[in-house]
Amino acid sequence: MEAFLSSLVSILFHGLAFGAILYVISVGLSVTMGLMGFVNLAHGVFAMAGGYLMITAMQKLGLAWLPALLLACVAVAVASMVLERLLYARLYGAGELEQVLFTIGLIFVAVAIARLAYGPNPLAAPLPEYMKGQTALFGRTFPTYRVVVIAASAVLIVLLWLGLERTRWGAMVRAAVDNRAMAQSIGIDTGRLFTFTFALGSGLAALGGALGADLMAMTPTYPFEQLVYFLIVVAIGGLGTLRGPFIGALLIGIGDTACKYWVPQFGAFFIYAATMVLLLWRPQGLLGKAH
Amino acid sequence: MDLLRHVRSDVAVGYGGSARLRPLEFLPWIFAIGVYFLAPNYLPLGAYILIMILFALSLDLVLGYGGIVTLGHGAYFGFGAYVAGVLAVRFSGDPLLGLTVAAVAAGLLGLATGAVILRTHALALLMLTLAITSIVFEVASKWTVITGGSDGLHSVPIKPILASFKFDMFGKTAYLYCLAVLLAGWWLVRCVVHSPFGMALAGTRENDARMYAIGAPVYRRRLVAYSLSAALAGVAGALLTHTTQFVGLSVLTFELSGEIVVMLVLGGIRRIYGAFVGPIVFLVARDYLAKQWPEYWTAGIGLLLIFIVMFARGGILGMLDGLVARIGKMKPGGTKA
Amino acid sequence: MAALETKKLCKSFGALTVAENIDFRLEAGARHALIGPNGAGKTTFINMLTGRLPPSSGAVLLGGDDITGLEQPQRVQRGLGRTFQINTLFRNLSVLDNVALGVAERLGVASRMWRPASAYREVRDEALALLDSLGLGADAPQRVLDLPYGKQRLVEIAIALGLKPSVLLLDEPAAGVPSLESARILEVLDRLPADIAILIIEHDMELVFRFAKRITVLVQGQVLCEGTPAEISTDRRVREVYLGEGHG
Repeated sequence: MEAFLSSLVSILFHGLAFGAILYVISVGLSVTMGLMGFVNLAHGVFAMAGGYLMITAMQKLGLAWLPALLLACVAVAVASMVLERLLYARLYGAGELEQVLFTIGLIFVAVAIARLAYGPNPLAAPLPEYMKGQTALFGRTFPTYRVVVIAASAVLIVLLWLGLERTRWGAMVRAAVDNRAMAQSIGIDTGRLFTFTFALGSGLAALGGALGADLMAMTPTYPFEQLVYFLIVVAIGGLGTLRGPFIGALLIGIGDTACKYWVPQFGAFFIYAATMVLLLWRPQGLLGKAH
Repeated sequence: MDLLRHVRSDVAVGYGGSARLRPLEFLPWIFAIGVYFLAPNYLPLGAYILIMILFALSLDLVLGYGGIVTLGHGAYFGFGAYVAGVLAVRFSGDPLLGLTVAAVAAGLLGLATGAVILRTHALALLMLTLAITSIVFEVASKWTVITGGSDGLHSVPIKPILASFKFDMFGKTAYLYCLAVLLAGWWLVRCVVHSPFGMALAGTRENDARMYAIGAPVYRRRLVAYSLSAALAGVAGALLTHTTQFVGLSVLTFELSGEIVVMLVLGGIRRIYGAFVGPIVFLVARDYLAKQWPEYWTAGIGLLLIFIVMFARGGILGMLDGLVARIGKMKPGGTKA
Repeated sequence: MAALETKKLCKSFGALTVAENIDFRLEAGARHALIGPNGAGKTTFINMLTGRLPPSSGAVLLGGDDITGLEQPQRVQRGLGRTFQINTLFRNLSVLDNVALGVAERLGVASRMWRPASAYREVRDEALALLDSLGLGADAPQRVLDLPYGKQRLVEIAIALGLKPSVLLLDEPAAGVPSLESARILEVLDRLPADIAILIIEHDMELVFRFAKRITVLVQGQVLCEGTPAEISTDRRVREVYLGEGHG
């Protein structure tokens, strides 16, 4: 019984860390999908870029962990704005197949660049000394880094939710998600709104990718490998909301960790099966709008 | 110019047209026979290309004609490949039996999975197609006893076709075998696409709200098309196992699912012959280029996709159409396209 | 027995009631119009009739049979046809195919896979005849997308007629059509088969008074009154709510 409780706590903890990272990465995807109706399968590219750029900043530029992290996020956010204005914006009215093909094309290009720049093998994220080791909490020890991940994500999430509820930007996003045409007719500049929100979402993805490099390894094929997870989180949570992917990420994070620990021979099978069952029951996701 | 007009088969021939075979439609088969006699060293690659054409045709049925955006069609291809392999290892290596069983098995898997995923749309549907491929991959990877796990099944014993045609080591039998099956598959797809069912499928693609309003059972029609397409993909997978005497996890990767979409889009979706042109160009190019510069090949595919989406949505055949139309306009007395 | 009937039909979205106790009768061969100010709930009502929207309570009867629980395609198969306010056509298909799809469904051949569609002459001929009767015969091979808006509206009607409905719901058939082309639509409406019961939703009062033999006025989800055009145009309540505001 002791051992079971102990492993349960461990699963919850690690599941929480994984879920937190999944959320930070996927929330941008959910909002931009709900806002622009654009199927951006290449979202994982921004997460990967965040992780790789942080590593480069630390190793080549000699920056400490936090500045490197922030630099990577800002760089990715800016780059994503350029991409959005130049390429994505042309496809907002296009059909689903075009959007899927375009974003897959982006993934291919990004994967090739990553492989050329960083080699085909997984790269470890260098951690600052004060994050290695264990921390004592509630009478148990947990890896310090994971504690930091959870804490940092919690702060980010609160900031994000406050931002959406309290700021003008947030009000505009909520209006435009609800009814884009109406939002435009009351004078909201949807073009600039999209660009800004896209950059924010991509920056968050980069943050999640860099922060979570320990949990989701940095390899050139990262955008392909993790794509299913991001899509599942968004699909079961429901598009266009902040809370939806939060629940989705927690469920997937804890569920996946539990499955891999208790029934490793089945791998991610249960997660996929559970997702299918859930979407059968509620095709719009847990918090999404029904069609 | 009239000869080439049928190349522009973006919209199905329909109730008002004629589904008779046009002269140009014999070209691919003449070409294929030509390759058999004139390029005997390339027959193994040729057989692989024929298999991919069949796979692309099955995808065109569901993606191009059905309008169902899927990235997981490889699940049915791989499933068919494994079914054929396991059947040959454990029961009988008769190829025609293998094809039949693979078709039925993949079709049933398509029916079961389609029943679930066709209740959703867009992102959820796309994600579920990925999830299904992952599930099949996991099963193949973990159920080592049956599937050989990450090693796969080697030296799968395949008997001669109809007890007379042995698979030789030059790939001649394999090539003609694939060609014959492709012929059957192509005829099937052509029939379905031009039939009332195919027209109804086009209707669900063009405007499913209207289809409900004319009393059509939309979900059921889509499910039938999806299952049929899955069965066909399964046959293509079985062909691969039969001709290479091997089946491994490589038939269930996302990479293959993605590649077949690229091949189809490159040739041009919803044209039947796009499924021929795309794989030929893609695989021949890959044979030359990817070995020399693998990184640049991946980047090149990505850029190609972006280019196609931005400038050439009809793929190669689409561009050809545009070219033909423009030549038609330039000729004296040429009619406006 | 009415061709189409509703009994105490209600629809609420949470606290918002969009339809309240609607009792409605459409007689066989009727030429009936449904009018009301914007937001009165006309389209919601039509969607409940066709099965696109389930009612919160109440019943819909077609030819005396309760169809409240039936899905849209099933109601169509029993003879309930509709056109949409915004063109809902198979845009990339030809005009002929647009109509033929409906005819094929009705004749039960739409699920056949083995012979080409063009071999089903009965479908093609019927579709062509229908298009001819609406003056669209020459446009049959054209892609619907390439037609002017007014003609697209006519195709919308043609598709519904191809279903040989016993009841036809026309949702603003002249909406968005420039007045030059709307004369044609009025002609077509005049010549619709006498045995079809027709309910037309319209804002164009000229069309309504020319076409309808009975009018129902819907205001804020409730039936305000019902009667002949003469009765409606002189009804004080109607004038207050609707006609008096000078819309035409």
